Amino acid sequence: MTALLKVDGLKKRFGGNEAVKNVTFTLNEGECVVLAGDNGAGKSTVIKMISGVYQPTEGAVYLRDEKLTGRSPEAVRSAGIETIYQDLALADNLDPGLNLYLGRERVVKRLGLPFLDRKTMRNDAVEVMKSLGIVVPDPAAPVREMSGGQRQAIAIARAIHWQARLVIMDEPTAALGVPEQREVMALIHRLKAKGVGIILISHNLPDIFAAADRIIVLARGVVAGERRPAETNDEEIVRMMMGATL
Amino acid sequence: MENVAQNKGTSFVKSLLNAWSWLFLILILGFFEIYAQIETGNTFLFRVYNLQSIAVAASQILLLALGLTLVIVAGHIDLSIAFSSGLASVVIALVIRAAGPDAGWMIVLLATVAGLLSAALVGIVNGWLVAYLSVPSFIGTLGTYGVARGVALIIAGGAVVSIRNSYARDLGNSNILGFPIPLVAAMVLALVCHYVLKHTRFGAHTYALGANPASVERAGVDVKRHLIILFVISALTAGMGGLIYTFRFSAGAANSGEPILLYAVAAVFIGGASLTGGQGTITGTVIGAFIIAVIQFGLVFSGLPPYWQFVAVGLVIIIAVLVDQSKDRIVGGKA
Repeated sequence: MTALLKVDGLKKRFGGNEAVKNVTFTLNEGECVVLAGDNGAGKSTVIKMISGVYQPTEGAVYLRDEKLTGRSPEAVRSAGIETIYQDLALADNLDPGLNLYLGRERVVKRLGLPFLDRKTMRNDAVEVMKSLGIVVPDPAAPVREMSGGQRQAIAIARAIHWQARLVIMDEPTAALGVPEQREVMALIHRLKAKGVGIILISHNLPDIFAAADRIIVLARGVVAGERRPAETNDEEIVRMMMGATL
Repeated sequence: MENVAQNKGTSFVKSLLNAWSWLFLILILGFFEIYAQIETGNTFLFRVYNLQSIAVAASQILLLALGLTLVIVAGHIDLSIAFSSGLASVVIALVIRAAGPDAGWMIVLLATVAGLLSAALVGIVNGWLVAYLSVPSFIGTLGTYGVARGVALIIAGGAVVSIRNSYARDLGNSNILGFPIPLVAAMVLALVCHYVLKHTRFGAHTYALGANPASVERAGVDVKRHLIILFVISALTAGMGGLIYTFRFSAGAANSGEPILLYAVAAVFIGGASLTGGQGTITGTVIGAFIIAVIQFGLVFSGLPPYWQFVAVGLVIIIAVLVDQSKDRIVGGKA
């Protein structure tokens, strides 16, 4: 079986500065790979090359042997890679249904005119959220009235609803309290159970060990090492993040 | 149990606060009615002339405020509407005058199209400045406010362009089933804007843009195009205001929209919009415009010095903001 995602020899140069020198890894269906690394290690640059925001100077990204490099962010998204940013990109004043469908809203014709189909969109949002184990308190209320964990769930629901095969999450627990961090960890496990591949960016060690099937440590633009959580410990990961060699 | 009761309590207060502008409108109508009964023994509310006068004043405000509501919901502002309106008014009058005294309805139609196009041009420039050059809308539209004002005055030769045309005069001063045409025009446009904002994908994107521009951008919406369309809508409804002015008074005036600008902005905010965007409705703006019109006409009717209207409208704006803030506090407390 071929891997879900193959990242092959990515390199990115900004002017004279080589932010990413050589990054290669693979990811399987239902697997969660954590990209760990200090600030400036190249984590964000790598995921931006995967999601199509940056074009690599060298190397390429394949989703199920389909070459994604060279495509626009929209094309990468419709191929099945969804990125969830730290700020979640939610519209706080709209209900969960409209957030789920933002940019692809459903309409019904009435008297020949298209009207937003709020009811169907709300029901769909409640359904997808339920499959993630989250009960939406009031489907008609704007999402600003929801908790941090619930809001994260909406962003994840959006990925699931649009049949993402791979979800990239950038520091999903950074702005959350402890109970909500646990909620997000539970969401990641449910996503994996659905066969979705996950790339998680984090430098929070407890999160890394709770979520990862494999940990890939980046330091100064190269892969400093790759470990399974069971065969390593905090100390070793930190040492690799600081740039010690294997 | 207690929690449920409390939620019911807050949601009651919340719906009361949401309806405050309706209540306020009813309150000031009641005030002027009682005043009129006591002072003159006559009715204020139940005279067709009074109602029509209020309706026409409200329509003038509304025509500038409708498109502006969409712009404000998206988190921007459009000051140039004062002179998109004035420019359209002058262009229409000039075209009709150029065609001579016997100009038929075809000329009036042509003039209307030319006037609206001139307003739309201002909207395109606004949208381009904001979307492509990232100029803050307050500054950008303050710039086009000046440019459109100057151009309108230059082509009008610095004077009011009076016209003699029976079609135009009838369009501005007749009634349909007792409703003044300016009111009918404003209401039809209000209905269209309400539909666009509340029921279309474009409207949903407008709200999202006001709350978090990144959400719309990452959803794959062409934000630049969206902004340009918003400013063109705003300029066009203002242009309709200029059109109605020219037809009502048989004159094109560059300054016709200027005294209405701040009332239009006020109507949008009284209607529940927020300066930071993401909030506001057309229904709210309609009520806001009527509140201002009732105050204006009511004070004149009561024989008070007309200057009191500035004081009264100013106070209403402040009340509107205070109500809005307390609403946020209640919702915030709940969450």
